[in-house]
Amino acid sequence: MASAHRLEVQYKQDPRLKSRTARIRSLGFPSVQEVQLIDVYTISTAAKDFSPAELQKIGEQLVNPVVQGFTVDAATKGEFDFAIEVGFLPGVTDNAGSTARQTIEDFFKMRFREGEGVHTSQLYFVKAKLSATEMQKLASKLANPLVNRVHIKTRQEYGAKGMDVVVLRVHLDELLEAEPVNLDIEDAELAKLGKEGILDKKIGTRRGPLALDLPQLHAIREHFKKRGRKPTDLELESLAQTWSEHCKHTIFASAMDDDVPQGLYKTYIQGATNCIRKQRGKDDLCVSVFSDNSGAIVFDSENLVTHKVETHNSPSALDPFGGALTGIVGVNRDTIGFGLGAKPCINYYGYCVADPETEPKLYRGKGRANPLLPPRQILDGVVRGVAVGGNCSGIPTPQGWCYFDARYVGKPLIFVGTVGVMPLEKNGRKLYLKKAQPGDLIVMVGGRVGKDGIHGATFSSEALDSGSPVTAVQIGDPITQKKLSDAIVKEARDLGLYTSMTDNGAGGLSCSVAEMAKESNGCHVQLDKVPLKYPGMAPWEIWVSESQERMTLAVPPAKLDEFMELMGRREVEATVIGKFTNSGKCVAEWKCKAVMDVDLKFLHDGLPKKHLKSSYSQKKFPEPSQACPSDLSPTMLDMLKRKNICSKEFITTQYDYVVQGGHVLGPLQGKGQVQSIASLTKVVLSSRKGVGLSQGTYPLYSDIDTYCMAAAGIDTAIRGLIAIGVPLDKIALLDNFCWCSSDEPERLGQLKRAAKACYDYATAFGTPFISGKDSMFNDFVGFDEKDKRVKISVPPTLLISSIGIHPEAEKAVSMDAKCEGDLIYVVGETREELGGSEYFAYLGHVGNRVPKLDAAGAKARYAKVEKAIAGELVASAYPVNYGGLGVALAKVAVAGRLGMSLTIPQAMRPDYYLFSESQGRFVVTICPANGEKFEKILGADAKLLGTVGGQNFTVKADKTLVNLPMAQLEEAYKSPFRGY
Amino acid sequence: MNVAKRAQPISEKALIMSGYGINSEMETQEALRRAGMASEIVHINDLIAGRKKLSAYRLLVFPGGFSYGDDTGAGNAYANRVRNNLWDELLEFLDNDNLVLGICNGFQILANLGLVPAFGRKYAREIALMPNRSGVLECSFVTLKPAVSNHWTKGIERICCPIAHGEGNFQCAPEVLKRIKEKNMICFKYVREDLSPAKGEFPFNPNGALEDIAGITSEDGKVLGLMPHPERAMEFTGLYDWPLQKELLKRGLSEAPVRPGLPGCRPGTLPSESLNMQFFRNVVGYFGKRD
Repeated sequence: MASAHRLEVQYKQDPRLKSRTARIRSLGFPSVQEVQLIDVYTISTAAKDFSPAELQKIGEQLVNPVVQGFTVDAATKGEFDFAIEVGFLPGVTDNAGSTARQTIEDFFKMRFREGEGVHTSQLYFVKAKLSATEMQKLASKLANPLVNRVHIKTRQEYGAKGMDVVVLRVHLDELLEAEPVNLDIEDAELAKLGKEGILDKKIGTRRGPLALDLPQLHAIREHFKKRGRKPTDLELESLAQTWSEHCKHTIFASAMDDDVPQGLYKTYIQGATNCIRKQRGKDDLCVSVFSDNSGAIVFDSENLVTHKVETHNSPSALDPFGGALTGIVGVNRDTIGFGLGAKPCINYYGYCVADPETEPKLYRGKGRANPLLPPRQILDGVVRGVAVGGNCSGIPTPQGWCYFDARYVGKPLIFVGTVGVMPLEKNGRKLYLKKAQPGDLIVMVGGRVGKDGIHGATFSSEALDSGSPVTAVQIGDPITQKKLSDAIVKEARDLGLYTSMTDNGAGGLSCSVAEMAKESNGCHVQLDKVPLKYPGMAPWEIWVSESQERMTLAVPPAKLDEFMELMGRREVEATVIGKFTNSGKCVAEWKCKAVMDVDLKFLHDGLPKKHLKSSYSQKKFPEPSQACPSDLSPTMLDMLKRKNICSKEFITTQYDYVVQGGHVLGPLQGKGQVQSIASLTKVVLSSRKGVGLSQGTYPLYSDIDTYCMAAAGIDTAIRGLIAIGVPLDKIALLDNFCWCSSDEPERLGQLKRAAKACYDYATAFGTPFISGKDSMFNDFVGFDEKDKRVKISVPPTLLISSIGIHPEAEKAVSMDAKCEGDLIYVVGETREELGGSEYFAYLGHVGNRVPKLDAAGAKARYAKVEKAIAGELVASAYPVNYGGLGVALAKVAVAGRLGMSLTIPQAMRPDYYLFSESQGRFVVTICPANGEKFEKILGADAKLLGTVGGQNFTVKADKTLVNLPMAQLEEAYKSPFRGY
Repeated sequence: MNVAKRAQPISEKALIMSGYGINSEMETQEALRRAGMASEIVHINDLIAGRKKLSAYRLLVFPGGFSYGDDTGAGNAYANRVRNNLWDELLEFLDNDNLVLGICNGFQILANLGLVPAFGRKYAREIALMPNRSGVLECSFVTLKPAVSNHWTKGIERICCPIAHGEGNFQCAPEVLKRIKEKNMICFKYVREDLSPAKGEFPFNPNGALEDIAGITSEDGKVLGLMPHPERAMEFTGLYDWPLQKELLKRGLSEAPVRPGLPGCRPGTLPSESLNMQFFRNVVGYFGKRD
């Protein structure tokens, strides 16, 4: 007898009532008086039913009776105008439901069976007089149609019976066999197959993009023709995953024009690293670069640290919360999956989104179908997703940034990164090396496989349009992953129970197993052994599903029992799904029949080579015509309020940045709590060393010159670490290219220039790239309100992230001005370089003179700063970035809650001097007693601007330009995101 | 400045619970080690399976974390797992001369188990750590002042700890609060930096806790639940304002909240550890007399 019961849990007095109501009002519903929240658990069983007494017991397990009450199969009473219930769609990860299920199972010592379970939903009681349309609109702010179901009832409809009991079941109607696919078709039809996917004969629709182009499909056709058979759907899907832009980075790998025959990656990125490593010889900082899931550098004689930054753009555009959560727990697995398992010890984020105060009317489909989520909802969702991911996993998140530009409206860029730490050796094994051996068992560990994220790899290689698959949406389960991570990194690794391991990310098993198969030279997988979330999945789906929280391990048969026993004790699901071989083949079978049998060589190297053509022309923009205001005080306040400059503290304080106990320099510094651009964290508690993280990205510069854009990013990322005291020779870089329309020669031309700058500046500074990722099609193609076709491309965005080893954490320098009377210097030269600056953007212009960097001069200057910091002469240091010197000085003052009296040179237009974004500069404050020593080291590189002290922030040239009380400065800096 | 001298460990051992999303076990172990007590991190399932025995230890710590992702209420699901599987061993442990410490998620677990306040050693749920008033997780540094003099607070004038929780808003019925106060069970309160009462004001009281309560003990004083994390700022450089304090110390203008007499705290030098270590010395001091 199938039955379902509904438990409704409510706080007797909800402390969040005020903040929740205020939040909903701020989303555009000022008339809302009150929003109550009730947590709902729906328990459905098939075989047995729970008695009323048992349900009462269950309720007691799920609440705290001191402050909560609950009802069983009875409507919660309340005063409200309408009720909105938001639950999940069938098959969507429901973490709270899964916890409730485990609690009930543990209490009754029973197990829910297939098709039974607990799912959760949130019931909102809204007190507000709203029209039906407004009610719908409010509900849409609480839910995302891709993952949520919503039911609305008016007070009358709610009546005495309340909401309906809804039981979720996954109904699948799939072809449960693998079938051959005919590629002997016209090119037009073949192209359609590549773009829209294999036609599923049973349901009559296409399965979603393979993202294979015609030359690739021809190569596959030829290959199978030679073998005298047609490829199966599973083989085709598998090749599509492995050959995807996401996995093979074809654009970076292909020859370009006549001068880059080896491709951009080998020539400029890997090329730079190889050149630096060779020069450094024995002092090489790198341990493992580009080959593993993360890049690794030396931490000390016993440990290494890893870093990896990923993007999760397309999924986050569709479901910001789920997309960002999946992104952060995914990149955590790039740490866990490094070598034989590094421990994730720092999380990192970066968000490029449109202005959250705008609400553009754009649609993925015609006729106003499938509207884009508003930027505010995207921002809120990704902020929360990374919070849940990091906080629940016990990984601190001290470092991140957020950048706004209208062109991120269709494709926000969501960067997520993780640093890991690992001993170089354990029991005589080098932990950063791994190799699956023939005969090792293929063991899948962690979560089960569902339809989540099917076509993730191929889909992120395509531009987002109305045909984008909804199954690409996934929600992570950080606790399942935490159990997995602890069991592997804190236990199994040091017991030597496996020989190799990798993460199941893009492409799922099809990519992870095939990748590891390279180590042993073959694999044989039994797909019917893979544990599933629900029955009825087709073999190709099991093979490419991107269900989260899974790793693939190679376990020697002799270690299998011990390994499985340990996983069992940790309640981590582990299943043998096949064997690594040395057959030279990737074989997968389904019900004792081979459904995939492809040579590894073809799978990994059969991809036809491309030769890309690029073109380049520099655009000319008009220069601003505004005169310099005589009073720059209002300008200074406006600049501090700019979204790319002001405080985004609301993000920082939701992220646990102190867990693991290594906090040294956090995200907010000084009494005034200003966001710095670098952080320092101890990752080995017994060591004096720390890991510094920083970054640089200047998307607006791309409009003028991507070469200078890349140079500025590299310089800022390095300078951020120099400012806290990390030596230049202990710094490594990561590149994340987020480009647009990368099939257009002009965009490729921009890409080539940026990549060239990466080579030039990395080698000039001697800072190697250790890891990188690219995402080449960040374009939105859709429609406006009038059904006019719209294409919005992100500005070519290169994020340079830096990681460096600080030799003595207690010598680190924070950004806040420390004492009255301290001397304020600017280090580095200020030129009239405002092209692409925040100030020109404020004036409504782009301009042309983008900051250019003399790397040799900068390098010499940084060595002097390094020396001054090592000699403990520097009281505070801050790298000048967005908004230039004026903004940097103001931030240092606000951070110290101390005024400043400054006199600037008169040679340049004062507003240009204050807001020029010339690279290579720092603001430093120095105790007067150290002034002479400092000036002796820095020489002409340091210019004295004034002193710390007083109640006001004043800037003079020939006359007073800025005179502002500190409180006003702080308010301008902190007010824009208050209430977020 | 050197990393703190290692104390000679006492013979009593601590058990630090882990599993299901608990995440502060390693820094808790390090803090205890520095204070002179060895410990073992034990997965709850190994206790349930009988592979480890609670009776082999004198101090039981439920460290910070996000057990079960805070689902069904922070600490609730982990408390259920303890109550449904380890209750008898736990009662026996509490009957002996042992200590129990719960930090953050650990406090939430203790509250759901009724190990605090445990009036008359009756283990019923009497208090709740409700969601923060802001409705989101708050991560920041707070100042705490002892509200009572006992073996947990000995020699402490203040501590300065990180917090990172979504549900730390201490609440209970008026009659429960009355008993807690009568029996001197409030152990630490949130205060302003000048040690004056926070009076519920954000950010000094970060979550809206009744009477600024940050931690309470059981009636017999042997169990302590504490929301902030002293173990996450063991060192001087773990404090949020250390760069300023360092400059002031260097210039002889010290207002640094360091306890004189701590290792390395001589004029002109920097303290190696933070004032929070006194808390762990007190815990260890309960078992063995140490200097």
